[in-house]
Amino acid sequence: MSEFKFSQENEDKFNELLKRYPEKASLSLPSLWMIQYQIGWISPESMVFLAKRLDTSPIDIQSIASFYTMFNLKPIGTYHIQVCKTLSCNLRGSKIITQHVQNRLGIKVGETTKDMKFTLSEVECLGSCGTAPMISFNHDYEENLTIEKVDKLIDEAQNA
Amino acid sequence: MHNDMTVKIVSKNFDIKDSHKLEVALKHGRYSSLKKQFSMSPQEVTEEVYESGLRGKGGGGANTGSKWRLMPREHEKPAYLVVNADESEPGTFKDRQILEYDPHLLIEGMINSSYAIGANHAYIYIRGEYVFWAKRMQEAIDEAYEAGYLGEKVAGYDYTLDITLHRGAGAYICGEKTALLESLEGKRGHPRLKPKQQETEWFFGGPTVVNNVETIASVPFIIKEGFTAYRKYGTHCSPGTMLFGLSGHIQNPGVYELPFGCSMKEVIEKVGGGILNGKKLKALIPGGSSCAILRADEIDNITLDYESVAKNGSSLGTGGMIFLDEDTSIPDAMKNLFEFYHHESCGQCTPCREGTGWVDKIMGKILSGDGTMADYDKILDACKMLNGKTICVFAPSVAYIAESYISKFKDEFYALLKD
Ligand SMILES: Cc1cc2nc3c(=O)[nH]c(=O)nc-3n(C[C@H](O)[C@H](O)[C@H](O)COP(=O)(O)O)c2cc1C
Ligand code: SF4
Ligand code: FES
Repeated sequence: MSEFKFSQENEDKFNELLKRYPEKASLSLPSLWMIQYQIGWISPESMVFLAKRLDTSPIDIQSIASFYTMFNLKPIGTYHIQVCKTLSCNLRGSKIITQHVQNRLGIKVGETTKDMKFTLSEVECLGSCGTAPMISFNHDYEENLTIEKVDKLIDEAQNA
Repeated sequence: MHNDMTVKIVSKNFDIKDSHKLEVALKHGRYSSLKKQFSMSPQEVTEEVYESGLRGKGGGGANTGSKWRLMPREHEKPAYLVVNADESEPGTFKDRQILEYDPHLLIEGMINSSYAIGANHAYIYIRGEYVFWAKRMQEAIDEAYEAGYLGEKVAGYDYTLDITLHRGAGAYICGEKTALLESLEGKRGHPRLKPKQQETEWFFGGPTVVNNVETIASVPFIIKEGFTAYRKYGTHCSPGTMLFGLSGHIQNPGVYELPFGCSMKEVIEKVGGGILNGKKLKALIPGGSSCAILRADEIDNITLDYESVAKNGSSLGTGGMIFLDEDTSIPDAMKNLFEFYHHESCGQCTPCREGTGWVDKIMGKILSGDGTMADYDKILDACKMLNGKTICVFAPSVAYIAESYISKFKDEFYALLKD
C-alpha cells in the first residue's frame, strides 16, 4: 500500500494544534481522528507517518490507537450502525433493534456487509438514555428509535 | 405541569430558541458575571465558590472550592483547568444538554473558574461519540474568540484565556480524572496511582483542576448572585441544584433541574409521571450504574441529596436515575451491567481485569440455567478479589454494586440455580 500523508487541510490543522498544547504528545488523539476522517481507518502506514511526526515509535501509536474503541484498525463499511446495548436502552428494547438490523442486513454484530456498505456494532451507553432505544448512525444520534425509523435510515443509505 | 418542582439555574436558557448562539445567549445573561468576577481577586472568587458549598456533579460530589484551594498560587509550570465532558456513566445524559443548549454558559463558567485558579489555558475533554456536541461547542468557542471573550484581554480585562476542545475516542475509563489527563497527554487512558496526600491534579507537570461540565456551569450564578443566593436552594450539606436524569421504565424520561432534597417518591410521580405504562416499580439505580441498586421498598424516606441517599445504602452519583419495573429480571440487568464493566476495565490491575470478566461469565452461566449455588458463591469471591489492591476506584465500586444486586434480590438469583 502507498505511503500515508496528511491532506493539506490536516497538515495546517496539525500545525495549529501544536500551539495549543504544552507538549506535542497530546496531538496523538487529534491526529488519529484526522487520519480516520481522511481515509476511513487507521492504516499501518498512517501509524508510521504519525510516529515520525510525534517523535515516537509506530508500536507506541499502535498501542494508543488500539486502546480507544472508536479508532478502526481495519476498514469498515460506509455506514456504521452502532446500537447502544447498555441498561437504559436494554430496558427500552435495544435487543429488538439489533435483531432487526441483523435480519435486514444479513450480518451479525461485528460484521460488515459484503458490499462494504454497512457495519453493525453494539456499543456501551452513548449518553442518550432518556431517549432510548437509540443508535449512532455514522455518528448521528437517532433517538426514540422504532423499527420503522431504522428501516427508513437503511433504505435511505441503500439508495444513496 | 410536571415541572413545578424544578428550579432553573443551569437550565435557565435551555428552552429559549437558538440559546446556543452568542447573540441570543448575551440577551439572556451570558457573560454578565464577568464584571463582578474581575472586580474580585482570584482568591475571592475561590472563596465565594467555597462558601457556596458547590459540589462536583461528575459523580463524587467533592466540594469544588476545597479542590480549588489546593492550587498553589506560585508554580513553575502553568496551571490548567480541564473540564470533564466524558459523560459515559450509564444512565447519565445531562452534560450534553449544557453543551447543546447553553455552551456559552460553560465558557463563562470556565472564565470564572480559570481566573480563580490562575489558569490561562483550559481544555474541554469531550467523549468521542459526542460528534454533534463537539461541533456545537467548538462553534461557541469560535464565537467567543471572535467577540473577545476568549484569547488575550478577555472581555477587555487584563486577563488571557484560551480554550481548547479535545475529543476522546471511546473509553469509559477516560472519565476518571487521572485517566483523562493521561489521555489528554496523548497516552492510553490508564488511571494514575493516587498520591498519599491531598493535592491538585497534574497536566504535563502543571497544577490542574478537573471539574465536570455541570459543576463549571453552576459557577456563573454563584459569582453573579453570591453564595447565599445559591444556598437558598437545596440542603445545608448539599446546597443548590442538580440536573437529574430519568431513564428506563419511567413515563417521562429526560433531564430535570431540581434543588437537592426533593422527595424521591414525589419526583418519580410528579416529575417522572410515574412508572412506564402504570406498572409498579421494582428497583432503581439512583445515580448512574455505578451506584448500589435500591429496592422499591427502600426509597420511601429518601430525599435527593448526597446524605440521604448514602444513609439509605447507595449514592447520589451523577443523578442519573434508572428505573426498573416489576417485570424486569434483576439478574438480567446485572449481567447487562457486567458486560459493560468487563468491557470497560482498563486492564491495568489483575483483580479488576479478571474479576469483572469472572462475574460476567458466571452471570452468563446462571442465566443460561447451568448455575449452581457454588457459582453464586463465586460471585462473592470475585467481589472480594475486586476489593483487593487496585489503582482506581473502578474495581471496588464494581464489587459494591455486584453485592447490592445479589444480596437484595437473592430470591431471583436462587430461582435460577440448579440444586
Ligand atoms: C470510573 C470513573 C468514571 C468517571 N467518569 C466520569 C465522567 O464521565 N464524567 C465526569 O465528570 N466525572 C467522571 N468521573 C469522576 C472524575 O474522576 C472526577 O472526579 C470529576 O470529573 C471531578 O469533577 P467534579 O468534582 O466537578 O465532579 C469518573 C470517575 C470514575 C472513578
Ligand atoms: S481498577 Fe480497573 S479500571 Fe481502575 S486502574 Fe485498575 S484495571 Fe484500570
Ligand atoms: S444506556 Fe443507551 S444511551 Fe445510555
